[in-house]
Amino acid sequence: MDFFKKLIPKPKPKPSPAEGVKTAPLDPSLAGPPAASPALHLVVGIAQSVGIERTHNEDSVMAIHGTMGGLELLQDFGIFLVADGMGGHRSGEVASAVSARTVTTRLTDSALSALTEGNDAYAEPLQDLVRKALEEANQLVVERVPGGGTTLTVAVLLGQQITLGHVGDSRAYLIEPSSTRVLTRDHSLVKRLEELGQLTAEEADTHPQRNVLYRAIGQGANLEVDVTSHQFPPGGQLLLCSDGLWGVVPDPDIERIVLQATTPQLACDQLVAAANAAGGPDNITAVLVRQNLS
Amino acid sequence: MRRNTRALQNQQGDTGQLGQLQPGVTLQDRYLVLGILGAGGMSSVYKGRDLHFPNVTKLVAVKEMINLAADPTMYEMIVRNFEREADLLATLSHPAIPRIYDYFSQESVSYLVMEFIEGRDLEATLRETDTFLPTDKVVSWAVELCDVMIYLHNHQPQPVVFRDMKPSNVMIDQHGHIRLIDFGIARVFQPGLKGTMIGTEGYSPPEQYRGEASPPGDIYALGATLHHLLTRRDPRAEPPFSFNDRPIREINPEVSAELEQVIYTALSYDPKDRFPTADAMRKALVTAARQTGLLVTPQGAPTVRIHSDVQELWSFECEDELRGSPVVDSGLLYIGCYDNNLYAIDAKSGEFRWKYATEGGIPTRPVVDSNTVFVGSEDQRLYAVAADSGKLVWTYYTEAPVRSSPALFEGFIFFGSDDNHLHVVNASNGRRAWRAEAAAPVRASPLVADERVYFGCESGDFYCVDFRGELKWRFKAKRAIASTAIMVEGVIYFGSMDWTLYALESEGGWQVWRYRMGKPTISSPAYAEGKLIIGCADGNIYAIDARSNREAWRFATEHQVNGSPIVHEDSVYCGSVDGSMYCLDLRSGRKRWSYPTKGPIVGTPVIVNSILYFGSNDHRLYALLT
Repeated sequence: MDFFKKLIPKPKPKPSPAEGVKTAPLDPSLAGPPAASPALHLVVGIAQSVGIERTHNEDSVMAIHGTMGGLELLQDFGIFLVADGMGGHRSGEVASAVSARTVTTRLTDSALSALTEGNDAYAEPLQDLVRKALEEANQLVVERVPGGGTTLTVAVLLGQQITLGHVGDSRAYLIEPSSTRVLTRDHSLVKRLEELGQLTAEEADTHPQRNVLYRAIGQGANLEVDVTSHQFPPGGQLLLCSDGLWGVVPDPDIERIVLQATTPQLACDQLVAAANAAGGPDNITAVLVRQNLS
Repeated sequence: MRRNTRALQNQQGDTGQLGQLQPGVTLQDRYLVLGILGAGGMSSVYKGRDLHFPNVTKLVAVKEMINLAADPTMYEMIVRNFEREADLLATLSHPAIPRIYDYFSQESVSYLVMEFIEGRDLEATLRETDTFLPTDKVVSWAVELCDVMIYLHNHQPQPVVFRDMKPSNVMIDQHGHIRLIDFGIARVFQPGLKGTMIGTEGYSPPEQYRGEASPPGDIYALGATLHHLLTRRDPRAEPPFSFNDRPIREINPEVSAELEQVIYTALSYDPKDRFPTADAMRKALVTAARQTGLLVTPQGAPTVRIHSDVQELWSFECEDELRGSPVVDSGLLYIGCYDNNLYAIDAKSGEFRWKYATEGGIPTRPVVDSNTVFVGSEDQRLYAVAADSGKLVWTYYTEAPVRSSPALFEGFIFFGSDDNHLHVVNASNGRRAWRAEAAAPVRASPLVADERVYFGCESGDFYCVDFRGELKWRFKAKRAIASTAIMVEGVIYFGSMDWTLYALESEGGWQVWRYRMGKPTISSPAYAEGKLIIGCADGNIYAIDARSNREAWRFATEHQVNGSPIVHEDSVYCGSVDGSMYCLDLRSGRKRWSYPTKGPIVGTPVIVNSILYFGSNDHRLYALLT
């Protein structure tokens, strides 16, 4: 892969604005320790289950992350994705797989190479790259998987920022010891009716049409993608999951499991087990990304 | 699964996208395909020629529907739906509805041959223009659409529900009249399983999710279509049923309150609250148009009450333009002036306290710390002046004019100079701690945060250096950066002369997003409630969502906006070169008041104890009670 080559910074001299100029530290106490600034490292867990009631797995999941140390310290980065397919005759699993692959390919090709190349106004902003990747996946599904569709939630982690691309009702949670937030907005009709005050949260939870989406990949040529960026605070954990998890396991339980598990992998295993214990009506996928201070 | 994917790819290779017909193909020995007009879902529409008229070119539209359903019940249902559309169209007769000529099937593909309409649909019209469509035109189309709705809804033996009113289904023919196209009755619903889709259209009424199709649903969709046409905000890009979140007149002031009311009645959530019939809507449209003299000209912009909610507390006259910005500390206001003086004024009474004369104009904002005022001047120096007496404490020399406002952090002063450096000076003694070289004059004020200093310069380079002055990363805009950056939740925001507002990740300088404005900007952004507010030389004050680059609102002043906005409570305050200070509602961008002065306002206001202070190029410093 070309981008891996690009990841290794070329040993070219940096044009420093301070070159040739004598500088002195402001104040030794302000300058901090001489070592590289402490880096946050990503630790990832993934778990998936067909569930109890389904025979196929229509969910797709993908995780890439990189860590570098040494002189040219680069921030940890990662791409994480959950897609939940829909549609008969196996078109759901094809739609989610095709979308996951397309988005991954596109983002590794462009986003990660942007990471190691120059920062200037000619480079494409991360949010544009994410949006285009999802649009491309949509185009492909519309053309090649008639009748198929998929949700897709992708998170690109770079420095302090989580950039999310999102369509459908899979979710991204940011879980901190003090708070849990859903960073994505469900594109489901029932959620929308709840937002409008036409349904209560309880009615929405049991509504027969709670699976009806108003936005998904593969449902038409024009796809509106939600793209947002959020700070990834130290100690925060990012959970991506399909509705096979969040639709079955209540948020407080998700939060408790994530905060109490010793490793992200254990947390994911326990989350999937909790969904299956609650009946496992749908495919279950969970990806958990934790930031550990090295 | 792998096999399945390959099969799909093969199919595509053999037949092309969706197996569309190529030009030159003849159907039934009669219809020669000339090209494709459109494709969507399972159907395509072709432009064709009827060969039964060999002596003239009779154009037809051929709608093709490919039945891909493998399930026999589903297959049947799709065929039946298509036939029903054909049968229905054959019984309709109205100038706005295309005539149907023929219907036939070949294997699993069905065709409908219809009148070819020369013209452009409204979605294309929106796409190909970039200003608001004339309101009178939209109203006359709306009246015609009501006419055809009246016809359809009163059809015997059963009312016909169009079900798919949206801009792309409305053509404007060569005579300027509307024509409804695509009676897409063959809507495909996938039963069972997760994710049964509703139309993703954004124009559909709320009751459609219950599977209800009724005339009030068409009225809603017409309302949605008109909302889109008048606001240019595509409802497909917004959550469903969110039209009220985008008030028409806030986006397009040309629209009268009466017309807006008609559209929102049509868009009522509950069908009972809409117009009972298309006829009632038509009447309301005509009445609204008459009341406002529309179909002649729209009513002018609503008359603005000049600073009715704001009152001048005092003003103070200097001897030249006030291009800098004031700062208030311990009851005193400090501002630099182009008459070379730094003034200290009693913030409550407007009484003069002292002035300190530098040797150049002062285009910057002072900072105050430990009873000392620090200010940069075009005489190349940074001054430290005693806050109570106006006596000089020390002077620091750079090698070119200072046009960058100083920033204070932990006893050090950070500022840029036209000598291509960022200077860092000890506040207590005026001695240099270090300086960092930039590629060009540094006129933006540096941002000091998280043990980093961030600043742009006139070459478009934007630097992040640590507290030793060592470069951490660099970003390059296409043109100068005179805008002072702000940092919110790990993202750096600033504007550039390259017409762009940038959002950069603070650790590495990667672009998270960018937003392009209508002209260059030297205004510095302010942040509140998830929005960035920034002025631009295109005359607008913009509010942009900080998490994405979506525009929340914009407000047009009458000249360039070179000053920077501030936010206090739920108001935005910003001056314009048109001479006015504006107060806008933070959430909507609506004007609360404006206060005219006699010269351009290019500085940044400050608000303390509900008193707004700002300078104007009319030589006056103003204090307004808000």
